Amino acid sequence: MKDDERRTPRTMPLQSATFSNPINAEIRRAAATGIYDIRGGGAKRRVPHFDDLLFLGASVSRYPLEGYREKCDTSVTLGTRFAKKPIKLDIPITIAGMSFGALSAQAKEALGRGASEAGTSTTTGDGGMTAEERGHSKTLVYQYLPSRYGMNPDDLRRADAIEIVVGQGAKPGGGGMLLGQKISDRVAEMRTLPKGIDQRSACRHPDWTGPDDLEIKILELREITGWQVPIYVKVGGTRPYYDVALAVKAGADVVVLDGMQGGTAATQDVFIENVGLPTLACLRPAVRALQDLGVHREVQLIVSGGIRTGADVAKALALGADAVSIGTAAMIALGDNDPKYEDEYNALGTTAGAYDDWHEGRDPAGITTQDPELAARLDPVEAGRRLRNYLKVMTLEAQTIARACGHNHLHNLEPEDLCALTMEAAAMAQIPLAGTDWYPGKPGAGY
Amino acid sequence: MQTIDLATQPLRELNATLQSQAAQTNATEWEVLNPRGAHAIAVGLDAPIDVTVRGSTGYYCGGMNKQANIHVTGSAGPGVAENMMSGTVVIDGDASQYAGATGRGGLLVIKGNASSRCGISMKGIDIVVQGNIGHMSAFMGQAGNLVVCGDAGDALGDSLYEARLFVRGSVKSLGADCIEKEMRSEHLEILRDLLARAGVDAQPEEFRRYGSARKLYNFDIDNAAAY
Repeated sequence: MKDDERRTPRTMPLQSATFSNPINAEIRRAAATGIYDIRGGGAKRRVPHFDDLLFLGASVSRYPLEGYREKCDTSVTLGTRFAKKPIKLDIPITIAGMSFGALSAQAKEALGRGASEAGTSTTTGDGGMTAEERGHSKTLVYQYLPSRYGMNPDDLRRADAIEIVVGQGAKPGGGGMLLGQKISDRVAEMRTLPKGIDQRSACRHPDWTGPDDLEIKILELREITGWQVPIYVKVGGTRPYYDVALAVKAGADVVVLDGMQGGTAATQDVFIENVGLPTLACLRPAVRALQDLGVHREVQLIVSGGIRTGADVAKALALGADAVSIGTAAMIALGDNDPKYEDEYNALGTTAGAYDDWHEGRDPAGITTQDPELAARLDPVEAGRRLRNYLKVMTLEAQTIARACGHNHLHNLEPEDLCALTMEAAAMAQIPLAGTDWYPGKPGAGY
Repeated sequence: MQTIDLATQPLRELNATLQSQAAQTNATEWEVLNPRGAHAIAVGLDAPIDVTVRGSTGYYCGGMNKQANIHVTGSAGPGVAENMMSGTVVIDGDASQYAGATGRGGLLVIKGNASSRCGISMKGIDIVVQGNIGHMSAFMGQAGNLVVCGDAGDALGDSLYEARLFVRGSVKSLGADCIEKEMRSEHLEILRDLLARAGVDAQPEEFRRYGSARKLYNFDIDNAAAY
């Protein structure tokens, strides 16, 4: 008699946690193609994040402010250290750098429209400044990148601030690649490269290395722009204490710190998921560097990487940031990964919410593409309105929390307003575990 | 001749004064005294003026220059004429690293030697070096012409795009995707013009031309060993 006929109990098929189906699929894909996976976006793995923190609110020991009645200011001024014309924003949520090339001209226009209507800034990217985004952005930050694609002194002087990009959270230490299929005539011309070739964005600046050189580079940019506009230095989350300290030493007005959840247009998945620090782990060392140098609030800190809600904004500010920056969230507000395109995402072998092949230029939402037909799907006015609405909602949410904690300005939020839900978050954010006055590594706690 | 003395006048005053010159300015002749290796001398200029810097400069002299003719009688530090758009920068002595980096136009003449990464990421600038150049020169060069009357160091033209390289002397080694190419009549014409404009007494026929093999223009796993 066979085993089946005896109905002998059998070991249940068990998927390996180490060799999971996604891992095995990636091994098979690599074996079939001979090339690593390139994708857009930031780290998708679960890392300790702002979700692992809660606000305590107010009761007897602290009194709250009245919602809708008592004012809770949201303004922020960036670049007060050296610039003659600091940037004044209505809200502490800025739009991160995203290139024309990676994004369509319509998407760049929509970002400018939405940001301007909400009273905040937007940022160019690795591909130069387009007339559309300058025209539709009341406050525009011009990125100064290793590739220097499109760099010129006229655009430099047209900018409201300059952001020297040293790195970004998705790929600290890495450059970029805009694949040939996204190199339209216009993109090629702006970058002085032939159409259709893969365009490499260097990982290091061509004419300086190290903090001493950076100081001289900042001097040169200030001399070219007459010391008028703020100069930001953007770093990826790696060694935030030292990177922030060195940026300050080099003369930055503003430091932008991007954690590993921050997005990119295209990088190796292995890089995105395995290099860099979670945003939550970046904040306290960065703020401590500013405090140790006596420049906290004088040199402003902008934090980015995984900011999604007003609660995230409030938590970042409570931990000491002056403002936050959003990229992926802004794209979703424009229409990226919208389920209404589910059939088309399916045809691309993916699903709404998971689409990250931004480098291929076939974005059904018309955002991460240079295809004229796809790009035309995005109405810059309507998309800009959605971004404006989203920014206003985030601001209202952050105000709601700040008032509940008794603060009349978002910048008055403080670490003491927070508790942590997990040991990891408590250790990284140096915020007491909920219900205790302790966090791992707390000075004097003994362990 | 207008004179600005950096021994007594601050850098800010120098650059602000030179940057404020209009296209029709009558004050077209300027000299800068006592540069003493200061950084960011004569940066961001945008007028057809002649500026003579009497001495040696630090980093980024003539950075992002437009229209102006800048003449340094000494040597220049790193990044001279970086991202130049137009005009001319002439260095009587040697130039340090990154000379002409990312330059988009204009002519950079170095009468001495240039150090490593000369013409890195060049985007249309013409560079003429009368002496030798260091390693990794014209790395990722996109457009423009680099003329070397002496020898070139290691890894010349690594990851080159469309920039043209002309070398009269030896090339220690070529970088990834850089190859020697045929010198055709149109290249001799380009070279003859550049040599004349740079005031170099050399014959175009003495040079060899190098350019991109264009094999790395689109990623191919079979080329991975080249990186």
